[in-house]
Amino acid sequence: MNGLALAAFAAERGRHATDREARTAAFVAFARAFDEGAYRRSLAAQGLRWLARADPGFPARLAAIHDPPPGLFLRGDADPELLARPAVAVVGARSCSDYGAHVARTIARELGAAGVVVVSGLARGVDGWAHRGALDAGGRTVAVLGCGIDLDYPRVHAELASRVAATGLVVSEYPPGVAPAPWRFPARNRIVAGLADATLVVEARERSGALITADLALEEGREVLAVPGEITSALSRGTNALLRLGAVPVTCAEDVLAALGVEPVERPPEPPPAGAAGAVFAALDGAALSADELVRVTGLAPGELAAALTELELAGLVAAAGGRYRR
Amino acid sequence: MLARTITHVVVGLEPRRVEVEAHLDAGVPGFAIVGLADRACQEAKHRVRSGIASAELAWPARRRITVNLAPADVRKEGPGFDLPIALAVLGASRQLPPGSLDGHGAIGELGLDGRVRPVPGALAAAEGARAGGLERLVCAAESGPEVALAGIRPVPVRHLAEAVGYFRGEREPEPAPPPRAPNRAPPVADLADVRGQERARRALEIAAAGRHTLLLAGPPGIGKSMLARRLPGILPPLADAAALEVTRIHSVAGLLPPGGGLVRTPPFRAPHHTASSAAVIGGGSSPRPGEVTLAHRGVLLLDELPEFSRTVLEALRQPLEDGTVAVARVGGRVSFPASFQLVGTMNLCPCGGRGDPGASCSCAPAQLDRYRDRLSRALLDRFDLVLVLPRPNAAELGGAGGEPSARVRERVVAARARLERPAARLEPAADRLLSRAVERLPLSGRGRARVVRVARTIAALAGADEAAAEHVAEALSYRSPPEVGGA
Repeated sequence: MNGLALAAFAAERGRHATDREARTAAFVAFARAFDEGAYRRSLAAQGLRWLARADPGFPARLAAIHDPPPGLFLRGDADPELLARPAVAVVGARSCSDYGAHVARTIARELGAAGVVVVSGLARGVDGWAHRGALDAGGRTVAVLGCGIDLDYPRVHAELASRVAATGLVVSEYPPGVAPAPWRFPARNRIVAGLADATLVVEARERSGALITADLALEEGREVLAVPGEITSALSRGTNALLRLGAVPVTCAEDVLAALGVEPVERPPEPPPAGAAGAVFAALDGAALSADELVRVTGLAPGELAAALTELELAGLVAAAGGRYRR
Repeated sequence: MLARTITHVVVGLEPRRVEVEAHLDAGVPGFAIVGLADRACQEAKHRVRSGIASAELAWPARRRITVNLAPADVRKEGPGFDLPIALAVLGASRQLPPGSLDGHGAIGELGLDGRVRPVPGALAAAEGARAGGLERLVCAAESGPEVALAGIRPVPVRHLAEAVGYFRGEREPEPAPPPRAPNRAPPVADLADVRGQERARRALEIAAAGRHTLLLAGPPGIGKSMLARRLPGILPPLADAAALEVTRIHSVAGLLPPGGGLVRTPPFRAPHHTASSAAVIGGGSSPRPGEVTLAHRGVLLLDELPEFSRTVLEALRQPLEDGTVAVARVGGRVSFPASFQLVGTMNLCPCGGRGDPGASCSCAPAQLDRYRDRLSRALLDRFDLVLVLPRPNAAELGGAGGEPSARVRERVVAARARLERPAARLEPAADRLLSRAVERLPLSGRGRARVVRVARTIAALAGADEAAAEHVAEALSYRSPPEVGGA
């Protein structure tokens, strides 16, 4: 079966590229007329590649799910071998809280530092922060799109997508030009879950796309992890429900690494920052504080404090969200 | 029988000389004003006739009176022609000594009882009169101090009869009342009223010292507008040239309190977000200055920035860039000065819940994107200082008030003086820090230049000539965070 032809055929018909579709007479006719050489050349001209399921480089994890795609379109120069490395899907709500954004970013950063590939969906909210976190640590990350491989959706993440593609991969089962459609996103989620050894849900409402990803991961027998949230927050209902069902609670990146069986890299303990930055860093132990609160706690002048915070932010030790700073 | 007076009409902010000729001849009695006069100007007929009668002077009976306003291609607007028309008619009817009107300009509105009322733009008209070689300008008593600012001798009169008395040599005009103490009123709100908010105060001080644009973001009710309104109070008073410029603009706009002198306080304008682009940028069939021009050399506060219409926000880009705004209308193309300091405030989302630990945000992601998209990257890129303010906790609100504005202003004045020297280069360590930041943060070329400018201001506030690493670090902390679309 010609997977590339199937992907092109399904995209043209606005259908899902299943093996059943491949047996239809319409597809057989389409495949006969399909000029694969020309198609590959036009892909290459756009800087895109096609990784067929039959290709030995196709990730075994993804091939093992019950309805694997006929192949993946790739954007980015990285070796497809990247897709076979230990990987964790970090997913969650699009309208996440500052807390969710912070947790997604920090955990992804540490996973990236430990050499684990962070897989996510390039969506707003948790997905985007997970990609950013991995990139912060110089880690590699894979973004799975629910639309054509050449589109940046959501548009606001165009720059993020290009940063992901610079060191990692942007992948999609849809050929160039396929517009995003609601039904394509749950289908995309099966690839997110399929590409990863484990799925970590950071924040999710009761009926969230992230929970679909978690369900798919469970179906394939992959580990599902969840970050506990406030019991009063609607954004934590989904994750807390997962925990009740037996998902592994995650409070730090080590929990994720342990679930994967990856040894956390023993980093020499970083020397705590000195001077004003040190005082600020110490004050932020276990609390998210606003700049004004920090002025009072540390006794620094507002100007000195601002300088210290920038230093800590550049060192990746502190992040700001909604006017409050966290470690 | 012909007599002539000189007056000035203000087009945009520029005075244009207008000759008012009155001609009396035998014919069917009548009174006509020609020369592109608008409605208020046509109504001068009735005011002039009543005014002359009330001053117990003779209305030329059984005469045809023609008043011509030359040049005829300039649109004449407003009631400022009343006094010159009345004087020309009196001159033409030989009720004033021949030649007595020479060397005099006149501007003012007449009441039916002959009272002379002040009109907007007296300062600009007086400047035109001086430039045109006139020696004295007859004006309303209230306009006297304003006219004197232009460097021409005013003849302040309260009544048409007083003006006639002056031209007949019966009385010398009273010297113009000395301008009241520089317009320090109305008192601006003081920073001492603000509790906590150390970071915002600091940013306000930097903004004042470097004339930087400032954007305050945060949940509603935390004092964003309150802080922004206190910026004028820490700005140094205007220097002579700037004060004259601002006074002229405010005079044209009719915003000067009567009898006041130079405007020394930097103006503060806060148009509502429903304001039309003509109101903000300037406009009208014959262009009038908008809020950006009224805020010239002062502060323009746009409260709830994303609620302003897109056209208004985009139109702000030109004045922000080059300090002037061009308004093209049927009545002509006019360029207004508009070198203002922009201060914006905004919530973090349309519902206002974001950034507030006590509330939750109910906005859909797409709604949030739309809200942030309202501020184009290009506009956002023009804010030097962007601050996200969290809701202060109860303890902070119970604290003591902060430093009063006067003390902050002293530091601002000192920093301004330092900033006037040619810019020194960054210290090498500062340069290295900046390069590192450019690698790690999404910082455009424009963003980088802006950080350098802010760092120089911070250095100047610290009494240093060269910006050091800590100054650059602080400047970096005011870049726009992702919450307001800074990526």
